[in-house]
Amino acid sequence: MATVEVPYQETVPLHHPKTWIGKYIFSQDHKIIAVQYGITAMAVGLVALILSEFMRLQIAFPGWEFMNFFTADHYYQAITMHGMIMVIYLLTAFLLGAFGNFCVPLMCGARDMVFPFVNMLSYWVYLLSVIILMISYFVPGGPTGAGWTLYPPQTITAGTPGFDWGIATMLISLAVFIVAFTMGGLNYITTILQARTRGLTLMRMPLTVWGIFIATFLGLIAFPALFVSAVMMLLDNFLGTSFFMPAVVSLGQKLDYSGGQPLLFQHLFWFFGHPEVYIVALPAFGVISDLISVHARKNIFGYRMMVWAIVAIGALSLIVWAHHMYVAGMHPSFGFFFATTTLIIAVPTALKVYNWILTLWRANIRITVPMLFALAFVLTFIVGGITGLFLGNVIIDIPLSDTYFVVAHFHMVMGVSPILAIFGGIYHWYPKLTGRMLNDTIGRIHFYFTFIGTYAIYFPMHYLGFIGVPRRYYETGISEFYPIAAHNLNKFITIAALIVGISQVLFIYNLVHSYFKGKKAPANPWGANSLEWCTPETPPRHGNWEDRLPTVHRWAYDFGVPGEEKDHIPQTVPRRKAN
Amino acid sequence: MRIAYIAIILFLVTLGSVVFNFTTPFHFDAIGSNWNLIDITVYITFVVCGIVFVVLGLLMAWWVYKFQYQEGKFAEYEPENAKLESRLTIITTIGVVVMLAPGLVAWNDYINPPSDAYELEVYSKQWNWMYRFPGADGIFGAAHNKYVNLDNPFGMKPGDPYGEDDILITNKTVKIPVDRPVKVLLRSQDVLHDFWVPAIRAKMDAVPGMVTYFWFEPIVERVYEVLCAELCGRNHFNMRGEMHVVSMDEYSTWLNDQVTWAGLQAGAVPLSPEAATGRDIANEKGCFACHSDDGRQLATGPTWLDIWGGTVELIDGTTRERDEAYIVKSILDPHAEIVLGYTPTMTAIELTDEELQSILDYMKVLKSEPAKTAIEDEQDASNTLPEGESTSEPTEEPVTD
Repeated sequence: MATVEVPYQETVPLHHPKTWIGKYIFSQDHKIIAVQYGITAMAVGLVALILSEFMRLQIAFPGWEFMNFFTADHYYQAITMHGMIMVIYLLTAFLLGAFGNFCVPLMCGARDMVFPFVNMLSYWVYLLSVIILMISYFVPGGPTGAGWTLYPPQTITAGTPGFDWGIATMLISLAVFIVAFTMGGLNYITTILQARTRGLTLMRMPLTVWGIFIATFLGLIAFPALFVSAVMMLLDNFLGTSFFMPAVVSLGQKLDYSGGQPLLFQHLFWFFGHPEVYIVALPAFGVISDLISVHARKNIFGYRMMVWAIVAIGALSLIVWAHHMYVAGMHPSFGFFFATTTLIIAVPTALKVYNWILTLWRANIRITVPMLFALAFVLTFIVGGITGLFLGNVIIDIPLSDTYFVVAHFHMVMGVSPILAIFGGIYHWYPKLTGRMLNDTIGRIHFYFTFIGTYAIYFPMHYLGFIGVPRRYYETGISEFYPIAAHNLNKFITIAALIVGISQVLFIYNLVHSYFKGKKAPANPWGANSLEWCTPETPPRHGNWEDRLPTVHRWAYDFGVPGEEKDHIPQTVPRRKAN
Repeated sequence: MRIAYIAIILFLVTLGSVVFNFTTPFHFDAIGSNWNLIDITVYITFVVCGIVFVVLGLLMAWWVYKFQYQEGKFAEYEPENAKLESRLTIITTIGVVVMLAPGLVAWNDYINPPSDAYELEVYSKQWNWMYRFPGADGIFGAAHNKYVNLDNPFGMKPGDPYGEDDILITNKTVKIPVDRPVKVLLRSQDVLHDFWVPAIRAKMDAVPGMVTYFWFEPIVERVYEVLCAELCGRNHFNMRGEMHVVSMDEYSTWLNDQVTWAGLQAGAVPLSPEAATGRDIANEKGCFACHSDDGRQLATGPTWLDIWGGTVELIDGTTRERDEAYIVKSILDPHAEIVLGYTPTMTAIELTDEELQSILDYMKVLKSEPAKTAIEDEQDASNTLPEGESTSEPTEEPVTD
């Protein structure tokens, strides 16, 4: 690899902050920004979690006196805020904002992001978007209750809670978030393309970086569609334009709209919304690939296939969006095209699953807490993936769309799975980030509650969809399609949800407690190969490396190489001359 | 060797999922339409995906158990295996084709209604269903949301000759004949809705500004519950209807009893000016989204017909006089006293004293005996009403095409 010249970041001196505020608040250090993103995302995710517990209580125990305060308006506002927070402000922000910031420079052997100031700005703009979102709860009428998909005309007509102020704060918050994402995303891509250290070719990058790389590309392509639809809907709502609004009579009043097209919004929304699934999934794929390989002490099986699968999934994800709209009333022939592309995407996705499992074959598996989460991810993702084959096949989507089957499916595939990947990643990288180990026993208890609990919530929930229980119902009441056994199942699901929710206290306790009292972490506690474990100090200081950036000689997956002394060879170790 | 609990858990979760699948009562209920092909495609998908799930789940559990960490042991070093990977690609592709092919065949059927299908229009609004049949000429009159007003609930285009014989059903119940394919045309007055009967399998969104469709052929005579499957505002969960699949004879008899557009226009009874003002205000405030004024029982709220006087049972088990104080309180503080069988979803309505008084004036005249109200479905209204004065010309705003 003699072709690589001196890495750019080795030639420019890094400006170190002098003050405490410069170091920890308005910090330009990617690791601090990662922590800021992570804590903010977890805090807002906690709000979404609490909202979901109220929703579950309402579903399981309608009419219970304790829940009297929780009206239909509150319920619809809760489902909307829960969905939007989880998808955008927690998952996207955590996987790209926290993991992206922490992993990309370290794993690329860079001192920092290429544009540290823009990177800092990205976090503060993200925080602003979260604050605007939370203001929703304090504006007249409360937050929007239009569902996280925000379909017009419902979103801005009087039959929906928060149709005037709540929707405005939501749309403005989304627009601001997209600004933040764009600043972060440009950084990730530029850093990955321009600031890799010498010897780190693209095909030697850890899969985590590959996942973040392609996910960021998708984000930069997809988020503008959401931005545009947010702006157009704000115009419809406040300036009386008719982009999405046809002539309607809303609750007895003729509104002054005509000629707009509700389906246009749906296309724009899902042009963003489907890639969004992979914006969340691809970094999770990457993280899981690395966790499985490291903790199974074996190279990831089929690395090149894994890389091309990520690229293929990313590309295909841009042409499958309308599978969310099979019953939306779009041109019926679209069904053939989008069902076919959707099921094609199953092939590279399935190959990734095969390769994770094949990595376990004849491995030397350490059942660590990160590994537990990785294994749970794979099983959960299999369920979420195969139920996607039901819904992606247009004709099966007809009876199942808008039922609890859909709710169960997307929670499995892009709710629980990425959360498990996030947990696994935190347990994996926490020692490097803080210099302390997380408590192992608490970690295991947290894992079993989370994995078994979420599975108990979402696996049976699919079957409620088969009998026809519709989603987004404040109250189902007595109906012939909704037998008493289904009511009981709903109670069971709610109890499981409460247990899972409460068990997250263990996790937060572990994070805080271990930061102060945890065992001191060695530089490379898991025996991993990628560059973040090769830093001269743990936790790495500002700038990450000594004067000279590390040199990479091999891929990150040299585990169990025959004839070697140790079962792992870090990327910085030179290859022996071939005889 | 330490026991790998996770291997046991993975095994039990996989096995438990299979057991749950075969023991749960929660599967599709008996199909009520021609869409067997949907059920067959679901079945094929279940088999293919079930096998994949079980194989992968068990392999994981087994290998995690078998290849646990041993100090000093090296994992097998095999970065790639092109042959294995291409075989897996081919097998997966075959599986996908097996599921996709019948799905696309069924979809082709789904979007192409048979030529002998008759048409039924479902017109949806927050939060109830209305239905229209094309009448004797078999052709629907033109309709548009811009023509909608209190006396023209379907937005029929004034003067369109095809519309005069259209049969309009504002009641939540529709009857259709068994074993006849029906093409359901969907329109919406306000937001997205979705007409859905689970046992029929088929559904489609109603989108304001356009007409969507789906078709099916009911094969079982039965009463079905109609749900709204697309979130449509705070009373979405209450937007219910009924679809009766009946014999051809019963259907014909029932259909003959329904009012036509011409009949509806002829049957409109003029209201006193005070009551008419009250009715307009109630309409503008959105009252009729949840309350009928003609005795139709909506899931969202009690009807206003005969609301004045008598008693009512409340959700807390007490009984309450329906005097003026009660009705005023129910309007201004709607969650204070909820009628048995309803959920508290009404938001407090802002009204001036005059507006409130007008609405009360209107409610007072809503008596089932002896006077009939304006838009009540009547049997062949043109015969029973000698006055015959039409008051239904859309006058609310100038109409432009």
